[in-house]
Amino acid sequence: MSEEFEPNIVGFACNWCSYAGADLAGTSRMKYPPNIRIIRVMCSGRVSPAFILKAFQMGADGVLVTGCHPGDCHYIAGNLKCEKTMGTTRKLIDVLGIGEERLRLEWVSASEGSKFADVVTDFTNRIRGLGPLSGKSQG
Amino acid sequence: METAEIRIGVYICHCGINIASTVDVDSVRDSISKLPNVIVSRDFKYMCSDPGQELVIKDIKEKGLNRIVVASCSPRMHEPTFRMTIQQAGLNPYCLEMANIREQCSWVHEDREYATEKAVKLVSAAVAKASLLEPLEEKEVEVRPEALVIGGGIAGIQASLDIADAGFKVYLVEREPSIGGHMAQLDKTFPTLDCSACILTPRMVEVERHPNIELLSYSEVIDVSGYIGNFHVKVRKKPRYIKMDKCTGCGMCAEACIMKGRIISEFDVGMGKRSVPYIPFPYAVPSKYTMDSENCLFITKGKCGKSPACKDACSSDAVDFEQKEEIVELDVGTIVVATGFDLFDAKEKPEYGYGLYDNVLSGLEFERLVSSSGPTQGKIIIGGKEPKNVVFVQCVGSRDKSVGNEYCSRVCCMYTAKQAHLVHEKLPDAKLTVFYMDIRAFGKGYEEFYDRVREEGVRYIRGNVSEIIKKGDRLLVMAEDTLLGEPVDIEADLVVLATGIVPRRDVKEVANLLKISQSPDGFFLEGHPKMRPVDTATDGIYLAGCAQGPKDIPDTVAQAKGAASSAMTKMARGKVKVEVTTASVDTFVCRGCGRCVEVCEYGAPNLEEVEPGILVSQINDSICKGCGACSVACPSGAISMKHFKNEQILSQIEAVI
Repeated sequence: MSEEFEPNIVGFACNWCSYAGADLAGTSRMKYPPNIRIIRVMCSGRVSPAFILKAFQMGADGVLVTGCHPGDCHYIAGNLKCEKTMGTTRKLIDVLGIGEERLRLEWVSASEGSKFADVVTDFTNRIRGLGPLSGKSQG
Repeated sequence: METAEIRIGVYICHCGINIASTVDVDSVRDSISKLPNVIVSRDFKYMCSDPGQELVIKDIKEKGLNRIVVASCSPRMHEPTFRMTIQQAGLNPYCLEMANIREQCSWVHEDREYATEKAVKLVSAAVAKASLLEPLEEKEVEVRPEALVIGGGIAGIQASLDIADAGFKVYLVEREPSIGGHMAQLDKTFPTLDCSACILTPRMVEVERHPNIELLSYSEVIDVSGYIGNFHVKVRKKPRYIKMDKCTGCGMCAEACIMKGRIISEFDVGMGKRSVPYIPFPYAVPSKYTMDSENCLFITKGKCGKSPACKDACSSDAVDFEQKEEIVELDVGTIVVATGFDLFDAKEKPEYGYGLYDNVLSGLEFERLVSSSGPTQGKIIIGGKEPKNVVFVQCVGSRDKSVGNEYCSRVCCMYTAKQAHLVHEKLPDAKLTVFYMDIRAFGKGYEEFYDRVREEGVRYIRGNVSEIIKKGDRLLVMAEDTLLGEPVDIEADLVVLATGIVPRRDVKEVANLLKISQSPDGFFLEGHPKMRPVDTATDGIYLAGCAQGPKDIPDTVAQAKGAASSAMTKMARGKVKVEVTTASVDTFVCRGCGRCVEVCEYGAPNLEEVEPGILVSQINDSICKGCGACSVACPSGAISMKHFKNEQILSQIEAVI
């Protein structure tokens, strides 16, 4: 493997839109960096701040949460609840020195395979640019 | 079972070479075999095949496995398959976890080393979760033997008739005063030249007479809640200001109306005029009049002469200005969405002069012009004269990125050929020219029809029209013949634009209402582009017709029958298994704060007083949809989401990094 820093990225995808969008990226054979590992939840509203903190604690360099576009949520407004929760979580991780830019929330619909691939590519590149999370605290 | 030792079997699928060419399956198998609780770790060419499933069943029985991990394609594809497999071997179906190493690994990555490393992580996470999976009790709900069909075009009509013929009750909701949809506006249909009304009218009448169909015309669905088997629907019946039970359809009111002949007829797409009380077209179903409230002087201004002439003219006392809108509530088991399409607005292509020049018509306007039920009784007359030179322009609003429609509307090539034929039939001396990009004549008998039309003398020129301008009282069509590579100018008396099919204006609101998705082109998204063409992501809601994407009448009817059949399958069984991944409360930990009640969109949690002064949340299983918002909101950690418990997800996070 290359010498370049390869970040660990944890992804959370809601079953109805974003996970299906990620599947579509695959079905369409779009390519994106392999750093992301996706965990399926039924709704982005299921993503608890504890999951984000756990991911960073375990060594993730970035966390990407994806949900349905506003208005499209299978559970009416789970995505909006997620947006609120992630807003608070972002502040929290910033205070902890993790840096709010390491947590991103994106809306990806079931038909947006290419958007999913683009978002993952962009996020991976940004995290790669930020460098390892542990390296940061060690100076 | 819960206290028993966890014994996991892991099965890694090659999917032919779909996974194996990018992921080193042998290496994944070996790495996974070292994980705790993993009793067997195997790979197989096709796990979903019979021998693949047999392998799992055999291992469960012989090795006493009680948790299964299948690493293959997306769980959205084969989770139901493998749940059934392990159930056959006596395991609870929820003791399965899948790792998606195809769609989210081998298909999106190229580097074998990275892809293999990722696959190991993904499978490890699935193993970690599998160790903590709990058997869940499956739940069946009753499916009400009633269906809602939204939209009364040919798609909705066909779906309603099929479902009703099978013995189920159908509520057909149509927004307009009559069913029939766009098909009712067409003159002849390609390639057989059947008269549209002749083949549609009998079906419309059948809908009206069918004992199992309740037609709610001039009505709109305003709210849908519930889930497969038990949808609760609210329908707004707009006031017609005419009593349905009294109106005989005689038309005396329309005759008497002082606005007679002054209101634009929607059915004739602006080509004809009508009165305030109207039936959209002569063979409308129901054949009852409707008061156009926006244009009625009495309704808008409170005064119409001494007294409204329509009311005085009606001999059966059907006019009722006191009528109010009515909300009807329905309970249905399944829903068919057949909301149809809108036509592309050619004004978005100003270079064609549509809306500026009276002799530039849209495809649908030409249908009305040439139809015997149309404003000219089928005579092709433009500006008082028969046109001598007619030009047809294809792909207006289709295959055109500049207006945001990349797709082909699939009907315009053929309807243009048909319209050219109709002009040739009525005006044999007229010169006919079609400008096209490519001809798409893919259906049964289509290519033959296109050949026939060319043999009739219609000139096809390959090329886009750049501009249409006025020249005297004629039009000058300027284009480039891309085969000859030279400019062509044609003077025309009439230009017909082959306007394409676009999603309905309110498609977004309907999608939100039903919680179904749209594809990038704006039409409703099917469950799978190939294998589930009539399903939506929401169980119990099916798609029919152009609501799902542009299609011709044969394809629309076929899809409507498919949607009807899917709905009927569920209703015929009368029961359906539903996800049991709901939230549950540890009443011992719950402190009754009520945060769960606040965040739940469905009203599933309720605070109940278990002892005087002690409130505890109780979650109603049959209302809970399993989103998990309450478990995130719960400050004391009392709520857990079955199958997506905190410890399960945390174990995945640990394993995946």
